[in-house]
Amino acid sequence: MAKVLVVDDSSSMRQMVSFALKQAGHDVTEGRDGNDGLSKAQGLKADLVITDVNMPGKDGLELTRELRKLPDYKFTPILVLTTEAGPEKKQEGKAAGATGWLVKPFDPEKLMSTVNKVLR
Amino acid sequence: MSMDMSQFTEAFLEESFEGLEHMETELLALNAGDEETLHTIFRAAHSIKGGAGTFGFSAISEFTHGMETLLDRMRNGQQETTPEIVNLLLRAVDVLRGQLQAARDGGEADPAEAAEVRALIEATLGDAAPDATPDALAPTVGGNVDGSGPENGPGDSDGTPRGWRIHFRPHADLLRTGNDPLRMFEVLEELGELTVHCDAEGLPATLEGYDPEASYLAWTLELRGDADRADIEEVFEWVEDECDLTIEPLETAGDSTGAHPPADPAPDGSGPESTPPGGEDSAAGAPARAASKPTESSSMRVNAAKIDALIDMVGELVITQSMLTDISEQMEEDPSRVEQQIERLRSGLAELERNTRELQESVMGIRMVPIAQVFNRFPRLVHDLSGQLGKQIDLQMEGELTEIDKTVLEHLGDPLVHLVRNAIDHGIEMPDERSAAGKDPTGRVTLEAYHRGGNVVIEIRDDGRGMNSDRILEKARAAGLLRPDQNPEPHEILQYIFEPGLSTADQVSDLSGRGVGMDVVKKNIRGLGGNIELHSEPGRGSRVTIRLPLTLSIMDGQLLKIHDETFVIPLIAIVESLQTEPENVKQAFGKLPLYRLRDEYIPVVDLAALFGQAEPSPMPDRALLVVAEADNQRVALRVDDLLGQQQVVIKTLETNFRRVPGTAGATILGDGQVALILDVAGIARMTSGRDTRAA
Amino acid sequence: MANDATQSIQDPATAGEDQYLTFILADEEYGVDILRVQEIKGWERPTPLPNTPDYIRGVINVRGMIVPIIDMRLRFGMEPLEYGPTTVVIMLRVISEDRERVMGIVVDAVSEVYSIGDDNLQPAPDFGTRIGIDFVRGLATVEEKMILVLDIDTLLGPGLIASEDAIQEGQSA
Repeated sequence: MAKVLVVDDSSSMRQMVSFALKQAGHDVTEGRDGNDGLSKAQGLKADLVITDVNMPGKDGLELTRELRKLPDYKFTPILVLTTEAGPEKKQEGKAAGATGWLVKPFDPEKLMSTVNKVLR
Repeated sequence: MSMDMSQFTEAFLEESFEGLEHMETELLALNAGDEETLHTIFRAAHSIKGGAGTFGFSAISEFTHGMETLLDRMRNGQQETTPEIVNLLLRAVDVLRGQLQAARDGGEADPAEAAEVRALIEATLGDAAPDATPDALAPTVGGNVDGSGPENGPGDSDGTPRGWRIHFRPHADLLRTGNDPLRMFEVLEELGELTVHCDAEGLPATLEGYDPEASYLAWTLELRGDADRADIEEVFEWVEDECDLTIEPLETAGDSTGAHPPADPAPDGSGPESTPPGGEDSAAGAPARAASKPTESSSMRVNAAKIDALIDMVGELVITQSMLTDISEQMEEDPSRVEQQIERLRSGLAELERNTRELQESVMGIRMVPIAQVFNRFPRLVHDLSGQLGKQIDLQMEGELTEIDKTVLEHLGDPLVHLVRNAIDHGIEMPDERSAAGKDPTGRVTLEAYHRGGNVVIEIRDDGRGMNSDRILEKARAAGLLRPDQNPEPHEILQYIFEPGLSTADQVSDLSGRGVGMDVVKKNIRGLGGNIELHSEPGRGSRVTIRLPLTLSIMDGQLLKIHDETFVIPLIAIVESLQTEPENVKQAFGKLPLYRLRDEYIPVVDLAALFGQAEPSPMPDRALLVVAEADNQRVALRVDDLLGQQQVVIKTLETNFRRVPGTAGATILGDGQVALILDVAGIARMTSGRDTRAA
Repeated sequence: MANDATQSIQDPATAGEDQYLTFILADEEYGVDILRVQEIKGWERPTPLPNTPDYIRGVINVRGMIVPIIDMRLRFGMEPLEYGPTTVVIMLRVISEDRERVMGIVVDAVSEVYSIGDDNLQPAPDFGTRIGIDFVRGLATVEEKMILVLDIDTLLGPGLIASEDAIQEGQSA
């Protein structure tokens, strides 16, 4: 199954996303914030990154920008978790290099159907 | 696939309470134009909203939405930061706290206050709150993208094949965001019968200038089936701005207008307006919440660094273990070299001892949390109280990072609130009164925590009017707490404030209130194995000192030997140990030994006799005494030998037996033997009971 | 041990019968429900507890748990016996007041395991009013021997934990 990196500063969110992914048989690595996520990403070569946007320190958009600079993550799907459904937020995400977004609140089924959209 | 996410609810709630505390602290520290602080506050509100929605607490996420919008405007400079706004947000924090508590405990938050605060926030936002409702109220994220509503499937009702033709021309950069046309087509394929025509005309004629990471191809796709336009749009949702996309019904389809599938309500669930505010959905969510109702202390957050350290130590332990295994094997293989191996064995065991000790300390450390978790509530309390009372108060906090056992911490909140409230209410004078007394009109209340020995010490100091010991003495006499002829030291007089008799005294005098509940405070602190003391100087202020054990289950103990039994006495209770001098040994009524220590006569306890385990033995002229104190009572224990001091793990006798008077439980010593832990206060009571009978 | 007992209980051959572990006390045999037996240990000196009746010998450490030890001879007011290498302590799970406690009883020796059907249990005779016999479930005869089957929840339950009253009177009988 796929290697997925989940980055969120909220541990409940992170646990929930991880749990859903693990239930589906994925191999999940967790990052506590943008910086932790970046260091976990290196060497992991994840098949998918799911990151929160609002995080202290390095936010999800910065993380996305920096990941895109890494050879391993040039084409890797990166989904940003956001509560903002507004078009400008989505555009910010896209501009940073995100593949797509997951709008909170979401349920596990929605999460998985979105993940399946990008994972082979 | 259905998954039960209620298991994460507790973590979410805990996190949210923490977030609220943060918000409160930052709000109290907020100055106009302080953008960074506003970001932090915003982020906290934002996380609570997101989580609340996800975990099904829609009343909370709805309520937070207004706060979030307001905070967003504040950080963008669209809304001025005024004290009124800050107070409004603080009220909102309280509402939110109530809602979260209700979510945790299954109760119900005050809907009136929530509605009022919400209305105030909305009024502040004014009519110009265009985006005040969208995503917060949507229960799920549907395929309803950017306002394009659910659309009829193509084709008509006569059953002819229906479908869509899709022209899809990615822009050059589409691949660089991790989107993959192939993957999109696979998703489309799940929606119906798909045919794909690739248009390679966009490919450059020569390799010169060819960018392997760019997208040059275009596709025409035909999807047959009854997929909705929205389904297709959802597939292209993330790339709509990075491609040219047209979706049109297949020509074979007839008039599509009448073909609304009858049993297909809006696929994205209910629209925003169908979610009732508050009430109904919180009731719907209640069973799930009640099922996972956590008790206050059933879970805790642990700093990841502490876990990492533990893992390291376990690693070391494993290494030590394999080393010891290796030694034993070598001893078996070559018995002639046992001598050399014994040396290695010794150092291996020393290593094991170190590992074990460190592991123990670290495991205990997991229960340790910074006292800031309790201190954090005081800026708010002081803010509110000083506003109510018209007093000016400067709150100082020191040593917030001092760590204390989680259970101790949980029981510390109420006593501390009581003490701080008292300091402000009764200690600190009104500004003009202070000025008249030549003091700074702004009073100062200090909360300080620090470690001393095996204890956490917490001091609550104020520079207020102090306490009048004459009045306390009067009251203590009136309450019958001491005889008319008793004349305690001024310092001792103050401690009567903690007596229940004084608490119920009338509240008219200047020490009103100070006594109310102080006995409860003392009881709580004692229940935690700590003690509390008051110092005060009239006109200068008061200081309450609380001493608490670092943790409830581990204690620093002094091991001692009495009649061949080993006992443990809490180190904190020991005043001093001494060799008796014959001239100071007295016998009241010829049989009740007292020892004169400076100007005090202390009853000497023959523990074996008191415990009914040996006949009373006469007090020798020279003996070893351990003077211990608890509850302001001193006893001198006659011991045969003082052994070492060590940390002991406290185990209750009640698990398999019952409480045993005179003991505070038992512990297991290094050799596996059980040693009883002495309860000094209990022994003092047993001793005085014996005295009364004897007299 | 408890597991084996569970299996044999389910065995149809022994259905309707309970298994009892018996022990010797002053040449007589007593039985306790084997499902309540946690383990059997040799004697080790316990740490005495203050102001408790003499039959409560103290507490010992059983894998980190503090467990009280009760001397059955003293409990029944018999002559004490020197503790020796053959002295055994039977660790029992006692259930009272909705809690389970682990307690050890000191006996002269462990004897056998018997299956005894309820219909083979006769009610205990009247020992007179001075000794409480509510802890005797009944008498059985196995291989011509008398076995006093004890109800440990009553014997070691709240009465014993709370204080020394009832049986102390009985001791003088």
